[in-house]
Amino acid sequence: MYAALKDRFLSRLFQWGGPRSGTIVLAQRRVFILPTRQGLMFAFVLLLMLIGSTNYNLGLGFVLTFLLGAMGINAMLHTFRNLANLRIAAGRAGPVFAGDIARFTIHVENGGETDRYAIGLTHDRKEAVFIDAPARANVPATIGIPAPRRGILRPGRLTLFTRYPLGIYYAWAYLELDMQCVVYPRPASPGLPLPPAASSPGAGAERGNGQEDFSGLRQYHPGDSPRHIAWKVAARDQGLLTKQFSGRAETELRLDWALLPPQLNTEERLAHLARWVLDAHARGLSYGLRLPGATVDMAMGEAHRERCLEALALFEQGGKGMNG
Amino acid sequence: MTDTAQPLAQRHVLWLVLSLVMVAAPHALRLPWWLIALFATLAAWRVYIGHVRIPLPNRWLLLLIVIAATAGVYLGYRTLFGRDAGVALLVAMLGLKLLETRSLRDAMLLIFLGYFLVITNFFYSQTMLTAFYLLASVWMITATMVGLHYARTEPPLRVQLRTAGVLLAQSAPLMLVLFVLFPRVPGPLWGMPQDASTGVSGLSDTMTPGSIANLILSDAVAFRVKFESEIPRAKDLYWRGPVLWDFDGRTWTAPRFLYGKPEFDPGGKPVRYEVTIEPHYKRWLFALDLPGRVPPRAHSGSDFQLLAFAPVNSRQRYDMVSYLNSTYGVRESRFALRRALALPDGFNPRSVELARSLRREFPDDKALIREVLRRFNTQGFSYTLSPPLLGTNSVDEFLFEVRSGFCEIYASSFAVLMRAAGIPTRIVTGYQGGEINPMGGYMIVRQAFAHAWNEVWIEGEGWKRVDPTAAVSPLRVESGIAAAAARSDPLPLLVRGDFALLRELQMTLDLFTNSWNQWVLGYTPERQRLLLAGVGMDDATWQKMAAALLIVTGAIVAVLAMLMLRRLNARVRDPVKIAYLRFCDKLRRKGLPRGPAEGPGDYARRIEQSRPDLTPAIAAITRLYVALRYGAQTGADRVSELRRLVRQFSA
Repeated sequence: MYAALKDRFLSRLFQWGGPRSGTIVLAQRRVFILPTRQGLMFAFVLLLMLIGSTNYNLGLGFVLTFLLGAMGINAMLHTFRNLANLRIAAGRAGPVFAGDIARFTIHVENGGETDRYAIGLTHDRKEAVFIDAPARANVPATIGIPAPRRGILRPGRLTLFTRYPLGIYYAWAYLELDMQCVVYPRPASPGLPLPPAASSPGAGAERGNGQEDFSGLRQYHPGDSPRHIAWKVAARDQGLLTKQFSGRAETELRLDWALLPPQLNTEERLAHLARWVLDAHARGLSYGLRLPGATVDMAMGEAHRERCLEALALFEQGGKGMNG
Repeated sequence: MTDTAQPLAQRHVLWLVLSLVMVAAPHALRLPWWLIALFATLAAWRVYIGHVRIPLPNRWLLLLIVIAATAGVYLGYRTLFGRDAGVALLVAMLGLKLLETRSLRDAMLLIFLGYFLVITNFFYSQTMLTAFYLLASVWMITATMVGLHYARTEPPLRVQLRTAGVLLAQSAPLMLVLFVLFPRVPGPLWGMPQDASTGVSGLSDTMTPGSIANLILSDAVAFRVKFESEIPRAKDLYWRGPVLWDFDGRTWTAPRFLYGKPEFDPGGKPVRYEVTIEPHYKRWLFALDLPGRVPPRAHSGSDFQLLAFAPVNSRQRYDMVSYLNSTYGVRESRFALRRALALPDGFNPRSVELARSLRREFPDDKALIREVLRRFNTQGFSYTLSPPLLGTNSVDEFLFEVRSGFCEIYASSFAVLMRAAGIPTRIVTGYQGGEINPMGGYMIVRQAFAHAWNEVWIEGEGWKRVDPTAAVSPLRVESGIAAAAARSDPLPLLVRGDFALLRELQMTLDLFTNSWNQWVLGYTPERQRLLLAGVGMDDATWQKMAAALLIVTGAIVAVLAMLMLRRLNARVRDPVKIAYLRFCDKLRRKGLPRGPAEGPGDYARRIEQSRPDLTPAIAAITRLYVALRYGAQTGADRVSELRRLVRQFSA
């Protein structure tokens, strides 16, 4: 009951209202500010100075105390200004494997004439990345959030904060951006050997020997297995080329949920399937994926690999995401 | 770097060390040499550690240094508390804290301590020069603090200094308001430590040959006077200080207690003035002879010494009234008269003999006094600031051999002669004269104007002032010490005043100093009340002041915020775009906003569908806008046409 009330109070106070798509403008009432521990210490020192000036009747002591006191008030405006009126837009977040760090990028646009310094972005108040946003510039800030489990990872409520220029105030704004990152299952290691491939009709090659017959070179694509890179050619400074082998187009691999040993549970099966997808892709095979209730047709290449892994990531997720 | 636990970069260490050295530097004049060496060593050590990137020294080693430094301070000052020992300890601890400074958090603590160290400098000096120097130091410290809070780019020196300068400069108006309106509490809160007074010259409650002559060498200001009534003539400017009654053959001493009440018969018009006295760490307050009032928190006896309840440890102001021709002490007590006749046995036999023979010759008191003064005037006595040293029978030596001396020996000799002749006499010390600052219209009385004269008691007339120095050197009283002193006498340049330009410069400086003293250093609770009454805030209680302070502070912060937050939005400079945005704004207010990705053409077509009546106007504006913005068309007349169309457009 108390927790619910507190939650409602906080969400009123800080205007939490779930993720928003598009650009967030840090209007003045979205930026909050409080003194830091250092700020309280500063106030304490000022109090001591005031007492000392009174006791010793130091006219200049009063001048200094009040100058610093005025600066303390003034610094609040400076800290606040360092964050106010920034425009924040969500950027892309590339997929990662479970257990890796998901990287979310936001774009901080400073349309004004004032340089902004030392703006921090954090998701857990512990680790932060800092950026500077000069006047009339758009600066990306990338934050790493651990992705422990497969599925959809949302960064949740991010905090954009600053203590610039004196460190005696902490100004912050909550960012609830509509961002998400697909987290693939972590591939099993070691995995099971690839299931036997089925020969495609009409192709004469023997099964399994797609690895053997060299048929030519093609341009390197990211994701190609290092074992297939033509290192000798690369050493001659002719760029990265990938060796192609005959038979790969004729070999078809069906990565089926049902082919896995029955004693494995769901997550273990997904891990082994992910391993198979990677292995099959690395060997340049054409493969398809079959899961209970989901099928990815036979194909090959980068996009296909991603499609398969995404299918594994979202298996039985029902579209639900998780917050980081 | 704004993570508080993150280690400190070397450039931050350098900034810290530099600003702390800057703040501590003025203390070097007063601190023992070993402490200066310790601080310098610790600072250099910290810079070296940062340079070669080795770990900070062991805590136990630091603790050892702490103990050694504390013991050193205790041995040097015989205490760990109070002003001087406190400053010494603070400097030592700052040096040690440097060696413990790893992170931003430690650096911030050092910075706050640095601010505190700035204020300790004001114990010793609050001149304008000090103020400027320490303002520069504060700027430096603040720049250090700003530098700590840049995250990625290490800002150039210029930017760091500019940011700190802007912060401080923007604080000036608010500082002024706080200074004027912040409710002041009269200090001290727990009492001044005893060591707050050292090495300040001024009159004392004793007088030996040479003690006043030493004061003559100082052009320091004793007090300043602002006359409300007409300024008295120079020969009436006797500023009464300690009254000395007792003579032990060498030293004249003021009584330790005050007797009786200050009773007098005012004569002539009162002279009204305000005295601002510099701290001299004794209890005397000075006033024109004869003071007709006792200032608050002071008292006085029948010999009209004004004594404050507490030593004058800070600059003080008091209003005074004096009567230049008053009669006092007509009914003096027998006890006091006996005291004013006492002479130690066995000293100055020749003088005593001379006095007795004069007494036989002149039975009338006044005639005797006149004769002695006549002798001072005619028998080859001279006035000098550097008198020869005198022995045990100083008066004998002076009267019969040396015949040249300073006011103190004249006053002393005169008193001995009078007492030996049976006329009650005492010595009054104080200041004689004063110079007018023509620009400020106030009078400066310097230590160099210190003087000693006599008062004799005449039956039926009371105490009368007699100045034997005036008999020898009338110029001393008429025109001041600079006229009376021989060219060869060592007198401060500023007191002598030979160079007109230098003198003018000096008077200008003194005017600034006086305003500074009156308004910055001497802004006391009383002055605050007076000032606020002057602007119509009578009976300013602290509640009223706090309310006024809050209102004015709020207003200043609001203005500052407006100025600072004004230029945060992207500004559109293109007149064509401004006109078009105004057009979009008009439509938005009618519930037809433009989508974020909608081009002008699409937008126009969409609106035309829902509001066909607007079609011609919208089409004209859109066509013109597209032509001006994306086409080859330009021209001021076309732009103004677009503006006109937008102005006339109404949804």
